[in-house]
Amino acid sequence: MKFGIVTFPASNCDYDAYQAVVETLGEEAVFLWHKDHDLQNSDVIVLPGGFSYGDYLRAGAIARFSPVMQDVIEFAKHGGPVLAICNGFQIACEAGLLPGALMRNMSLKFVCEVVRLRVETTDTMFSNRYAAGAELRIPIAHGEGRYTADAETVDRLEGEGRVVFRYIGGPADADEWWSPNGSTRAIAGIVNEAGNVLGMMPHPERAVDPLLGSADGLAVFESLLARVAV
Amino acid sequence: MSRFRVAVHITPRRGILDPQGKTVAGALHTLGFAGVQDVHVGRYVVVELDANDKAAAEKSTREMCERLLANPVIEDFEIESGEAI
Repeated sequence: MKFGIVTFPASNCDYDAYQAVVETLGEEAVFLWHKDHDLQNSDVIVLPGGFSYGDYLRAGAIARFSPVMQDVIEFAKHGGPVLAICNGFQIACEAGLLPGALMRNMSLKFVCEVVRLRVETTDTMFSNRYAAGAELRIPIAHGEGRYTADAETVDRLEGEGRVVFRYIGGPADADEWWSPNGSTRAIAGIVNEAGNVLGMMPHPERAVDPLLGSADGLAVFESLLARVAV
Repeated sequence: MSRFRVAVHITPRRGILDPQGKTVAGALHTLGFAGVQDVHVGRYVVVELDANDKAAAEKSTREMCERLLANPVIEDFEIESGEAI
């Protein structure tokens, strides 16, 4: 399976994604330059974390208009799998591939820590290798990760089983929807209506080996491997 | 064609939590501005562009807002009257 990892100016997790795919998963990966109109016949596209275009205007707002994104949008519209992590999630929302937006963290602080997540559905091409309800430890590192959408959209996401990952944990007095960034209903990751685009703020590519502190993110990649026909 | 300057105010959409505005409001209370009820922090964008007339300059700027400058999911925008420069 071939993963195409997009490199925007100021992407900084593209190499992490590459390492996860090539070293840990044992599959092929190529970098896709943001100025090119060439997805190099990739089976899966990764929109990696980082600070594309300096997060100018809004995180992801400028990257969505880069040449390669026009091809990624077409790819996604035809059912191609897109794994959008962190800044990738922000870009996917700005591009209209996913509903909602990622706003400034409630704390107004950049949060860089390992958080706990719960797998809310295993019925997606990104989560089928997890056990239902599994609790994961995966790092986050973002300043704009507060998932925001209108109530109707959020109800729809919940009703259609499109919330894939949710933050759990927090202090003892935390309420049901506690999250490290103030996300609506503690949403950490969602899929689009067709189920082929996953956006998540946590970094599964940084949690693929016990040496990194956790291997809980690896199953995202293994799920794709199991489900996507090459 | 003439050159125009059009300014745009972009603010968090009403009803959407604006922690930055809330924090600033708290600081203003601390300074003794007890009457402050709410604060919204947004962006101010100034576009200089060539257009046939003022109306065309404003129309073009509105389209820029809809497509890039503002995100309709979370932000409102307001275009100030354009001026020839």
